Formats: sequence, structure tokens, C-alpha cells
Amino acid sequence: MKLQVENLNFSYNHQKILKDISLHVANGEFVGIIGPNGSGKSTLLKNLYRALTPDSGSIYLDQQNYRDLKVKEIAKKLGVIGQDNALPFDFPVKEIVAMGRSPHKKLFEGDNKEDKEIIENALKKVEMGDMAERNYLYLSGGEKQRVLLARVLAQQTECLVLDEPTNHLDIHHQLRIFDVIKGLGATVLSAIHDLNIAALYCDRIYVMKDGTIYKSGTPEDILTSKTIHEVFNIKTDVRRHPVTKKVMITYLPESIFNKGEEKVV
Amino acid sequence: MFNNIAQRPKGLKETKLIVILSFFLLLMIGTVIFATGMGPVSVHTTTVLQILISKVPIFSNAAGDDWTQLEESIVLGLRLPRVLLGLIVGASLSVTGVALQALVRNHLADPFILGVSSGASATATLGMLFGTFSFLGTYSLSLSAFIGAIVVIVLVYALSRVNGKINMTQLLLSGVAIGLIMESITKLITLSAPNALGLHNATFWMAGSLAGAKWGYLTLPLLAMFLCMTILLINYRALNALLAGDETAGTLGFNVNVIQTMLVLVASLLAGVTIAVSGSIGFVGLMVPHITRLLIGSDHKKVLPVSAFLGGILVVWTDVAARLIIAPEELPIGVLTAIFGGPFFIWLLKRNSRK
Repeated sequence: MKLQVENLNFSYNHQKILKDISLHVANGEFVGIIGPNGSGKSTLLKNLYRALTPDSGSIYLDQQNYRDLKVKEIAKKLGVIGQDNALPFDFPVKEIVAMGRSPHKKLFEGDNKEDKEIIENALKKVEMGDMAERNYLYLSGGEKQRVLLARVLAQQTECLVLDEPTNHLDIHHQLRIFDVIKGLGATVLSAIHDLNIAALYCDRIYVMKDGTIYKSGTPEDILTSKTIHEVFNIKTDVRRHPVTKKVMITYLPESIFNKGEEKVV
Repeated sequence: MFNNIAQRPKGLKETKLIVILSFFLLLMIGTVIFATGMGPVSVHTTTVLQILISKVPIFSNAAGDDWTQLEESIVLGLRLPRVLLGLIVGASLSVTGVALQALVRNHLADPFILGVSSGASATATLGMLFGTFSFLGTYSLSLSAFIGAIVVIVLVYALSRVNGKINMTQLLLSGVAIGLIMESITKLITLSAPNALGLHNATFWMAGSLAGAKWGYLTLPLLAMFLCMTILLINYRALNALLAGDETAGTLGFNVNVIQTMLVLVASLLAGVTIAVSGSIGFVGLMVPHITRLLIGSDHKKVLPVSAFLGGILVVWTDVAARLIIAPEELPIGVLTAIFGGPFFIWLLKRNSRK
């Protein structure tokens, strides 16, 4: 499964939000999008999962243009965890996960044995196997997010688009969720807030700034003190971690290094 | 205490749908038999049963004939159509509530609160006055009520949508405002042209009543209910997904615009057809879906049929109370539902704002 975006433009209230965005995610690749607040990450992802319609440009899923695909066909290929997941009515966890089976079902078709197995396995994968009967509204933030992940897993799509899937989660759950996603071997495009998490999991990273793709490349190429300063306007110390062999970023806040002259080696 | 799933008591939520529906079906049949006998002139339950059985071709001889002509005409001519109309009206209003709640993703939606009932009443009276749809005969009233309902739903929905999301305050306020405007229009029409309107006076439209029930009133609401129920039930997955938000429903493969248009049409049709025969009976569409969800959860596959049954049964018994409380006079049934429904609404509102 390959996801490709070509020259995508989007404006809201006559204000250009996305300017000529082109990107691609190869089969099985884990690609991250980083960038400051308001840089257009969520807007870009919303265009990708059709919550918003681009002004111009094309999106391809395995060489097929979105315009030629039905909503249901896209839902069979592309799973999404968005930002707004408030639920006004209470459902048991398993019914939330069962919603993930929707694109595979005909009108009025119920869940058969196979669906129930898929739902059960999805819950097990996120370690929520014994919570199937619980009410969603009474779960903690981390548990809710894992249920949403299970819903996307039950959708059985080869491609995932995720908008900061570990927002508001503690570090344990952040790692757990990304471990599960990484373990799927799916084609993933995810907005990621935490630069160190991005460094640990991403094969490639796109950096967004002011509605454009500012830079792209491997975490090693992208996550440098210079680029981070250009995009986020902060000072950092970046080095390879001896154990993970991945890039590790330490933030150097002004309250500690207010002179800006001290050189950290 | 309930953390251990194995020890958790099995609630109604795990009960099979077919068991629940059989239970409600029996309850409904019981309701019809008992409620038909009750009123200013009471007819004994066994007599009601005998009269009903005598009308079934095969058993007509087995029933005997030890009842009076008066009892038969009360049961078959007055009470039975009224009870059956109550069932249909209650079911339709509840299902309208479910559809509206899925549309606006809010517990507080109800045809009465959102002004849909008032809109239907206003256009229905207008239609009667000017005879706009009179070429449609008996269905003209229902059609004009449908038009009012759809106009109000679209208006309220458009007014309460802020940045693509339904804003609860906007929803309730625009519902109230449009409802009041529509009520004033109804009042104006009924006061300025009292003769043209005959039976249907202002009180009928604003308070609701099943008193005028005739067999002929049953057909259209029944057909509308079966049609809408079927449409909603085959789309039950879409309704569930819609509760998770427009965007999520889209990513799950549903065409959100189509589903929402369908919900507007279904809710308007049900509300319009119902209000044409019963006036506006408030809060049923609010209370019944909520009680249903407390009993069996939010899955629309269950919520739709169960709330239809529950709503029908509730309206029939409320109507029994309406004709008994100050007998031989009658209370409009809408007065009773508002007395119970109003506080229920306030309770929901408080509960909602605490979340």
C-alpha cells in the first residue's frame, strides 16, 4: 500500500493553510510529520482522510486517485485516528471496536463469528482484552486511546493515518501504542508531537512550517540542532544514543541557558 | 467491585435482542387489551377480549355474545383505534427522537424541544386554511405538516452548526426561538379563521390529543413508521458511527452527507405524519430514547425497536391517565407528558453540563 500526495493546496476563509504539499509513504514505511502548532499538520491529515476537501492537488492510494474511489473503498484501505474523539453517548468497548468492521459490512449485516474474533484479537493486541464489556466513557485517557487503536486495527487496513495518536498519554502508553503500530508492519503516516518519539519510530520525517513541507528525510538528517532551531525556535543538544542507536534530543531551555553563549559538548 | 468481569452481574445489555423484543411485544399486547377497557365508561377486560376475539374470523363463534351493543361500539369504534393510534404515535415520536439525536449527536434533541412539532403544526394549520394541498385529500394535512417539520429541522440544524460542529447552546436556543415563532403563527391562524379549522383548534395543536382517533387515521402513520423504521434499521451501523462524529463516520466508510439527509427526511416524515393526527405531544422523543439507552445501551440495532415499543406503550398509558384523571372531562395528553417530561429534560440538562 502506497500513499502519495501531489501539489495539494487548501485554504480556509480565503486564507491559504496548505501550500503545494507533496509527499509519499512507501509500502510498510513509518513516516512522521512534525512541526509547530498551527503549521498545518492536522489540516493536511484531514485532507488525507477526506474530512476536508483540497482546493487543488491529487491524493493517490496505490496509484488510484481518491476521486475515483468510493468512501467505503477508502475505508477498507485507510484507517484513521483523528483528534476529535469525544463521544456523546456511552457504548461498551467492544461495540466501539465493532464500528471498525463497518466498511466490510453490507447494510443491516450483523457481526458474524469472524468479526467477533477480529474484534477480540484487536482488543488483545492493545491489552484491553478483559475490558470488552466496560463502558467507554468511564475509561481513562490512555485506555480510550487504546480502544480507538483497537477500532482501527479491527478495520484491517494496510494504511494508517494518525493525528498525534498518543496525545495526552503518559510515556508508558505512548511507547506501548507506537510499539503496537510499528509491529503491524503497516504503511503509516502520523503527526507526532514529541521529537524523541519521532526519532525512535520513524523511518522518515516530514517537517512542516507555515503550511509547507520545510524539509524531509531520515530522522538523522532532519533532527539536527540547526533544523530544530529554524522550525521550533528552541535550543537543543542532539546526539546518538549509545543503546538505541537513534537520535536523541535534549532541550536546552532559556531559563537554564539564558545567555545562549555556553557551548554544551 | 465490578472490576472482575467474571463476577459482574449480567445486565439487560447482554440479553439477546430477540428475548427483549418478545418481552416488549407481549407487554404491548397486554397494554392494548387492558388500556382498551379503561376510560370514563369502563369495559371489563374479559369483555374486551371477547369482542376482539369475535372479530377474528376463525374464532368468531367461540367468543359467545354476552356483551351489549354499546360496549362493542365503545371498544371497536372509540377505544381500540385510539389505543392503536397511541401506540403508533408513541413509537413514531420516540424513533423521531432517536433519529434527531443521532443527527445532532445530543441527548437533548426531541421534536418538541427543537421546535419541529410547532413547525409541523403551523404549516398544517396554514394548509387547512388555504387548502394548498387539498387535492391530496386526507393526506394533505400530513403533507403540509411534513413540510413544516423539514423546514424547522433544516433551519435549526443550520443555525446550530458552528465550525462544522453542533453547538448545544445554539441548538437549544434556536429550537426554542423557532418553536415560539411557529407557535405564534399557529395561534394567529386559528384565532383569525376559527371556522375553517373545525375540530383542530389551537389547543389541539399545542397540547396534543388522541381523542379524535378514527380507524382512518391509522394507515398513513403506520406505513410511515414501517418505512422509516426499515430505513433506519438497515443503516444502524451508520447511525452508531455518526455518534462518534462526522469525521470518524467518514473514515469508517459512510457517506455522512447522505446519511444526514436521510435522517432529516425520516425525522420530518415521522414527525409530520404523527403531528397531523395527534397534535404535538412533547418530550416523548426525549424521554423514551434516553430510558431505552439506560436499559440496553446505545447500539441502534437495539435502541430503534426497543424505543418504538417503549414509546408506544408509554403514550397509551399516559392517554389512559389523560381520560381518567378528570373524567368525564379529558386532559390533553400533551399536558401530561409535559408535566413529566419537563423535569426530566431539566435533569438531563444538569447531568449533561456536569460532564
